[in-house]
Amino acid sequence: MIVAESKPIKELLEMVKDFKKILVVGCKGCVTVCNVGGAKEVGILASSLRIHGRKEGRDVVVGEHTLERQCDPEYIDELEEIVGDYDAVISIACGVGPQFLSERYPEKKVFPGVNTKFMGGAVEHGVWAERCAGCGTCAIHLFGGLCPIARCSKSLLNGPCGGSSHGKCEISKDVDCIWDMIVNKMTEQGRLSELLEFRPPKSWTTARDGGPRKMIREELVK
Amino acid sequence: MDDFKPQIVAFCCSNCASSAAKVSHGMKKALPDNIKLIQVPCTGRIETLHLLKPFEEGADGVYVAGCQEDSCQYISGITKAAKRVKQVKDILEGLGIEPERIDVFQMSAGKGQEFVEVANRMVDTVKGLGPVPTA
Ligand code: SF4
Ligand code: SF4
Repeated sequence: MIVAESKPIKELLEMVKDFKKILVVGCKGCVTVCNVGGAKEVGILASSLRIHGRKEGRDVVVGEHTLERQCDPEYIDELEEIVGDYDAVISIACGVGPQFLSERYPEKKVFPGVNTKFMGGAVEHGVWAERCAGCGTCAIHLFGGLCPIARCSKSLLNGPCGGSSHGKCEISKDVDCIWDMIVNKMTEQGRLSELLEFRPPKSWTTARDGGPRKMIREELVK
Repeated sequence: MDDFKPQIVAFCCSNCASSAAKVSHGMKKALPDNIKLIQVPCTGRIETLHLLKPFEEGADGVYVAGCQEDSCQYISGITKAAKRVKQVKDILEGLGIEPERIDVFQMSAGKGQEFVEVANRMVDTVKGLGPVPTA
């Protein structure tokens, strides 16, 4: 999933300080699962904005709405009837959501309510960790099913570096050295020699380095 | 400010805090009448939003009264509640409202005296802070 965290409430208050009618829009996708942008969090943010409005003696109207997904135009249409009543919209979906909203409703001022962090998963309840950097050409099968691009601090494809120590990365004892894990895994699977095979350098043109990406699936295009 | 009577909402677990409330009633130790009691089956069910809503409606303080950590029937109810109270403290602080307006207390089932003491303590704290400003 895409993992995000709430923006500090102070930052959000500053963003919307000039508006009296604010719509908070959540998303039932990834951000619901990582407990930052679903209907519950819409309620919490909306309530916080109302409490602040009350405290400041400002007559703030805060609406709440949670969409199936904010990254699909068909669901965004649902706001058409509602959005007109508000001056500002805070989207608490990942960074895709507020962009889709501002593209669909160009006259509205749209604000991001969360900081989008990474693609990852829950490693325990309440803890999420990065797993993929979206390089566009997945190669984890070469590394024992572990991704050195997302999980090595230097994205080394020929690690470990000299900073690997007792299974930890040199940047912090809280960060596992993924190359230590890769070597252990390949050893356990009796495939260590595969790491010595010559491979041409990875092409980064499919990653962000190749510019903004787009995917066209002809069989689906109407 | 002396005549300020804070409006306080108390969420109480029906196992311990509410039985403490009953005992206190038997002892004729009355709870201050500006405390609105909301009984819940377990404090672990209290969501962050439940704790914020009273402030939205004009409450001056909110507290959760639940079991001791080792006597929660549902294992971790009060621990969860304490974490949510902490989350609301952070939110209030961000909104420029004193975080002391919300708190969590742990008590044992029969302690009627303690139940009333906690209520009075909360009233005193919030009285000291005054009403949530409404500019
Ligand atoms: S190799 Fe690329 S696509 Fe595969 S997990 Fe790593 S970053 Fe993601
Ligand atoms: S110590 Fe390991 S994870 Fe850290 S930069 Fe070096 S190889 Fe990568």
